[in-house]
Amino acid sequence: MSLVTDRAELISPMHADAARIEPSMAGVGDYLELMKPRVMSLVVFTALVGLAVAPGHLHPVLAFTALLCIAVGAGAAGALNMWYDADIDAVMARTADRPVPAGRVQPREALGFGVTLAAFSVVTFGVLVNWLAAGLLAFTIFFYAVIYTMWLKRSTPQNIVIGGAAGAFPPMIGWAAATGAIGIESVLLFLIIFFWTPPHFWALSLYKAEEYRRAGVPMLPVVSGLSETRRQILIYSLVLAPVGVSPWLLGYAGRSYGAVAVLAGALMVALALKLWRRPAERTAKQLFAFSILYLFVLFAVLLVEHALGRAA
Amino acid sequence: MSDTMAERPNEPGLVLTDEQKRRRRARSIAIALALGAFVVLLYLVTIVKLGPGVLNRPL
Repeated sequence: MSLVTDRAELISPMHADAARIEPSMAGVGDYLELMKPRVMSLVVFTALVGLAVAPGHLHPVLAFTALLCIAVGAGAAGALNMWYDADIDAVMARTADRPVPAGRVQPREALGFGVTLAAFSVVTFGVLVNWLAAGLLAFTIFFYAVIYTMWLKRSTPQNIVIGGAAGAFPPMIGWAAATGAIGIESVLLFLIIFFWTPPHFWALSLYKAEEYRRAGVPMLPVVSGLSETRRQILIYSLVLAPVGVSPWLLGYAGRSYGAVAVLAGALMVALALKLWRRPAERTAKQLFAFSILYLFVLFAVLLVEHALGRAA
Repeated sequence: MSDTMAERPNEPGLVLTDEQKRRRRARSIAIALALGAFVVLLYLVTIVKLGPGVLNRPL
């Protein structure tokens, strides 16, 4: 082999790589989309409730800083998820137009964006608020990006059950930001979201099962069938209803919360029961939509009760 | 390396289209705004944490 040939072999991959590097066409909106703003809004809302109902007082500027860090941390997790899942997203109609599979953002840009935001949010949180909350945020980002996205999502139908913990941490992080500790009340808020996640996502996956099958994601309807998924939705809804009421039962929330939690829990179980008895796509969509309302209403009532309690 | 460079003295390199330049400018402005907001946040938190103590220092 001549020297010229050696050089050609050494240089050509480099040139080939350089040829692949196109100038970025990503707009600011694409980067915002990488942060999954809709998921982020729910994360910020539940974190706000955890922060607001915690005992003690956090200066409004520090409370804003805490929520900002949680929002950016959630955005980082979303960007890392979109970076890793671009291959899956590309074959699902619901996600095919996301910035990475659509080609507007290069995978390495999404990765760099996610890592940078994660580092910034955790360090800023630790330095400006407290390190317990920052540690929980770091763990949540790791749990969502690595444990859920890279490992569980593609390997087990229990992916969203275990991975749901990542979405359940924000109120606990908010609580930790305000108190510097993890109280039993924040654990209850964690449990509400944890048991809410399976019926919420499985209701969606019931009418998106074909897309998940095509993408090779082992969601419960793909692996165990629609009937078993409906049964599991009912079981988790039956667990969720009393867990949702528990803040009132244990004396951490008022009667208005208790009444709303009982009513909303009963409606959740009724919809799950209806879906189990008479399978229909319409009922699955109703359950999916109602589950969002369920979580929002429970946390909103907690927030309002607390605000009124403080005002009184 | 210099040999390689000498072989292509007049290559224009990477030429951005107007749209790419516009998007790069928008990204640069967004980064500048984010950094500016970060500085303001650090300033505010410093004042909040130190409180009146911000003026209490040996001269």
